[in-house]
Amino acid sequence: MTTSDGNLLEVKDLRTYFETEDGTVKAVDGISFQLKRGETLGIVGESGSGKSVTNLSIIRLVPDPPGKIVSGEVVFNGSDLLLLSNDAIRKIRGRRIAMIFQDPMTSLNPFMKISKQLMEMTQLHLGHSKSQAYDHAIRMLETVGIPDARARAGNYPHEFSGGMRQRVMIAMALSCEPELLIADEPTTALDVTIQAQILELIKKLKSKTGTSVILITHDLGVVAGMTDHVIVMYAGKIFEQARTSELFSLPGNPYTKGLLKSVPDPTAEQGKLYQIPGLPPDVAHLKPGCPFAPRCDRVQEICRREFPPFVQLNADHYSLCHFAREVYSESGGTPIQ
Amino acid sequence: MSIEKDPDQIHIAPEMAIAEADVRSEEAGEFVRGSSLWRDAWRRLLKNKLAVFGLIVVVIVTIASVLGPTVIKAVFGFTPDYIPTQIKLNRSYPPFTGPDGEFSWLHPMGTDNAGRDQLARVLQGGQISLFVGVIATLVSLLIGVTYGAIAGYVGGRFDNMMMRIVDVMYSLPYVIVVIVLLSLFRSQTPRGQLILLFVALGSTSWLTMARIVRGQVLSLKNQEFVLAARATGVSGTRIIFRHLVPNTLGPVIVYATLTIPQIMLTEAFLSFLGFGVQAPLASWGSLASDGIQSIGIFPWQLICPGVTMALTLFSLNFLGDGLRDALDPQMRTV
Repeated sequence: MTTSDGNLLEVKDLRTYFETEDGTVKAVDGISFQLKRGETLGIVGESGSGKSVTNLSIIRLVPDPPGKIVSGEVVFNGSDLLLLSNDAIRKIRGRRIAMIFQDPMTSLNPFMKISKQLMEMTQLHLGHSKSQAYDHAIRMLETVGIPDARARAGNYPHEFSGGMRQRVMIAMALSCEPELLIADEPTTALDVTIQAQILELIKKLKSKTGTSVILITHDLGVVAGMTDHVIVMYAGKIFEQARTSELFSLPGNPYTKGLLKSVPDPTAEQGKLYQIPGLPPDVAHLKPGCPFAPRCDRVQEICRREFPPFVQLNADHYSLCHFAREVYSESGGTPIQ
Repeated sequence: MSIEKDPDQIHIAPEMAIAEADVRSEEAGEFVRGSSLWRDAWRRLLKNKLAVFGLIVVVIVTIASVLGPTVIKAVFGFTPDYIPTQIKLNRSYPPFTGPDGEFSWLHPMGTDNAGRDQLARVLQGGQISLFVGVIATLVSLLIGVTYGAIAGYVGGRFDNMMMRIVDVMYSLPYVIVVIVLLSLFRSQTPRGQLILLFVALGSTSWLTMARIVRGQVLSLKNQEFVLAARATGVSGTRIIFRHLVPNTLGPVIVYATLTIPQIMLTEAFLSFLGFGVQAPLASWGSLASDGIQSIGIFPWQLICPGVTMALTLFSLNFLGDGLRDALDPQMRTV
């Protein structure tokens, strides 16, 4: 069952706040986006911009307390996940929405055999018997390219390298053939060659199974190669949202421009690597106005005073900036009116 | 989709993956094949001479206690509570001494006031003492681990409440609690009394276990594998008992081995006071209690059960310390 416009997932005005002694941290503050079946959405942003919390909110795993999903809707396949009972959401986790985590070193239980961890998934969700689940686990390990899967299945996680563990995590995440895969910085803890292999693996499995993917990362290179749409997050808000190709060629937000400029360019002769000055703001104490204003190179009086509007620049292109149209034009685009 | 074993199966650079595994096995050397935490810990334990000594003594005492009385009955023909009918035999003989003062293998530990074989009684007492120690420890494991794991995993106000209950119980002098329990519900049969002893000891010894497990779970539950398990839809109970509890096993085993001698000591103490095991059943404590009444004339009646118990408790403590060092290498004091 799909909503009329083919969206698998629709997030509407999601707000997740954390109550701390320091005040309310608005980790995610009014996020909305859609994800179509079979598409890949990239979410980029600096540390603490709310990428991970967004995704934990989708499957309702935000630690509570102190976290709380204050408002919003997460419509998955036509039903709002935020309204489901705990049992119902548990049946969706892993079965229809699976997650891959950042650090493969710690996301496997050190005391359980690989096979057991893989089997738990299908026994739980697909009602497999032990032997069925075991065979399935072996098949999944082979699918993700673990050599000699039958022998390796009896090993414990510490006997695997980082790349292999991430493969196991992917095997686990995909073993129930979920409709949505959330990959939270799946390659951050891995070195570059393994990174490429893992991304390639996710891509191939995705094209094979038609799974939609949300890819959280702070690596723009990964986004460029993997995704159809990109969301740029900053201070718990969406700063820019566009098709991947358009975002990279015609950025409509000073923050995105800054991010793109910070990517090392191997063709440049020499010189210092560009960096956006300053640090991400403390989301517990946001001042009125644009949260990026203190770091922005084209900041104006209005930026410090008023919260910027979410401007539509193109069919699928939005930007949160007082000067979105100007920035977009500078990039070479023609904003729609 | 269906994931079949088909020709276009996705093997991203399998040769790279294999190379990766090979490099690893070369680096890790001998460890790679089947080196589990347990095997590692076992190797470390075997290096510790005191622990090995403890292990051997514990095994010997256990086997002797379990089989001893039966063997003695088969070979010599008397049970631990056999009182000779001949008046001549009905007095206490020193170890290795026959009825006429000659050397004899019949009673290696002598006999007691009623002429019962001391060795058979000590071994049977060992049965009871070890049994009480193990069962009460298992009870404390069951309650303590469950209680602590639930408190730690749920956390927040619930955890606070549960641990305050533990604190309150901690502050009660538990020997007195046990004595009160035992005298209130004093049972008529020796077996009933024994069961009461298990309950009394088990119900007061789980407190430290609960604290240890809670502490472990608190630090474990924030690890990513727990989040990963939740993200795959595993229920809370299953996470506690399948994912968290096995991870606390190291400290739990260590503490359990150290609890056994502690409980055996308490049992001996209670039996010594007359609250524990009742005749004709015997435990090391009740034997020592009998022996002390005639310590001046028949010292072997106290020495034999006393030394056996001391040796066993020493060994259990050595074993427990060895296990702690083996399972928790970081904690080893330099």
